[in-house]
Amino acid sequence: MKGFILSFRSEFYKSRKTAGFWSAVILPLLLCLLIFAGFYSRSDKMVMEPPGMILWAQFSGAILGVMGSLLLPMLIVFIGYSVNSIEHKADTWKTLFSLPISKFAVYTAKYFYALFLVFLCLALFVLFTIGFGNLLGTVKPGLKFHDYNMSGTLSQLYFKLFLSSLGILSIQFLLSLLFRDFLKPMGIGFVATITGVILVVNQWKYDYLFPYSHPMLALSALPQRHNHPAGNNPISVDIFTQEIYVSMIIAAVVFIAGYFIVLKKSVK
Amino acid sequence: MVINTDGLTFDFGSQTVVKSLSLQVPEGSIYGFLGPNGAGKTTTIKLLLNLLQTQQGSIHIFGKELKSNRLEILAQIGSLIEQPAIYLHLSGKENLLNRALLLQIGEARVNEVLKIVHLTDAAHKKAGQYSLGMKQRLGIALALLSDPKLLILDEPTNGLDPNGIIEVRELLIKLVSEHKKTVFISSHLLAEIERMATHVGIINHGELLFQGSIHDLEAMSKPAVQIETDNTVDAANYLARNNYTITEVNDTHIFVPYTTKQQMGNINKLLNDMGYNVYSITKQHKDLEKLFLDITQNA
Repeated sequence: MKGFILSFRSEFYKSRKTAGFWSAVILPLLLCLLIFAGFYSRSDKMVMEPPGMILWAQFSGAILGVMGSLLLPMLIVFIGYSVNSIEHKADTWKTLFSLPISKFAVYTAKYFYALFLVFLCLALFVLFTIGFGNLLGTVKPGLKFHDYNMSGTLSQLYFKLFLSSLGILSIQFLLSLLFRDFLKPMGIGFVATITGVILVVNQWKYDYLFPYSHPMLALSALPQRHNHPAGNNPISVDIFTQEIYVSMIIAAVVFIAGYFIVLKKSVK
Repeated sequence: MVINTDGLTFDFGSQTVVKSLSLQVPEGSIYGFLGPNGAGKTTTIKLLLNLLQTQQGSIHIFGKELKSNRLEILAQIGSLIEQPAIYLHLSGKENLLNRALLLQIGEARVNEVLKIVHLTDAAHKKAGQYSLGMKQRLGIALALLSDPKLLILDEPTNGLDPNGIIEVRELLIKLVSEHKKTVFISSHLLAEIERMATHVGIINHGELLFQGSIHDLEAMSKPAVQIETDNTVDAANYLARNNYTITEVNDTHIFVPYTTKQQMGNINKLLNDMGYNVYSITKQHKDLEKLFLDITQNA
């Protein structure tokens, strides 16, 4: 456990000045800022003033829409790559594996750091969405953002998105660990993401088995819940749907398989 | 023995890179591990650090089997393999601090090793802007950080200027003589390590061709008589006609295997009588560089 914590802290120390780390922070900020600007400039043209809940749904939906289908998988591809490329580039695998720290701790710390970056990114999305929504409500009192509190639903939604991304993360993490160059994991990730989108759009029967479809599936299942009132909250999020289970199972299997590959792999 | 391998063999695919290697590195030695490029030195070092899995044979370090005591052994080894592994986007000091974090070592030690390798002034410069020699010195600093009992250095003087080579040499000698460390250092240049090594192992095509103390190696080299005359070629021919074996002739010197002092006197007289000017005639040990070449080429 000590080895894991030390390695995890070292991962942060190493990456805090890299694009991999900052992309997880800047992407949510930028995206939320853009949608904020869009809403701000459009607000005068909004003829009828929608109630707070609809407004929140529009605002967060705009962000989620961009994020869920394409950006999240690509961000994961990038994070998986950047966490590993830092060692490929510096040729430091050999030193990592000759430290008096178990290979399992080194591998796990790296994996969980990638996981942490994705989690951080999605958590910031929640934070920025709520922050910018409330800011909109303040600077444009016509938009009744203050009427409704979205934070609970939004947190659940992004948590579900996080769980749905675990499968992709494990696969991309392993690919980036094995391949030194950016093109292979990037290319595979990109093609798989597009395939995932096509599968969902065409409503293929078994799309829930394909990890790259999971983020989109996780979000597309939502409208059905609309007519399903739970208490006084009309948008209830059913977190554990079948694609989430599949995502978690794939993540666990690939994670364990990856460890045995690392164990057997000779460090060149 | 600090390092003791027995019948160590390693194949990359169908190619055997290390053949039944039996290394014996005594405590407190500077063991020069010599061989031409591609002889199997780096592979051996990676085996010693458990970066490559042992296929055949055994490795014992500090008297313990490597694989079953991996972490305990690695905790006492500092290593530098091939080009130093450095995060180029971090400064030299940050590189050391990162390693110190992993090894749970304080910042004071980081400053200490920076001073040892003369990088204190460049500590806050990005490692990406370091010269080759500075990177190498940072690599050595990383190896020294944990104050390990055994240092395994793969060609540590690569890219260093003569001053840097001398500094590293003096540092290693000091570590061994004052701090009772053991150093295992590989090189493809004998000249580079003959002045510090106490023990030598010579490897080529994965096979250990020689192993012993540096004195054993010197003893293997047969002395020669080196003669400097005004006309080396004619003088050499004349000596050959007088039943002397000539091992080498060049523009300035003739070399004849040394037998006795009397023989040197005879050669001198012979050449003088024939009117050759003998500028100098000395007994010389064959230099180790040549011996090294002989050993690695005759194999």
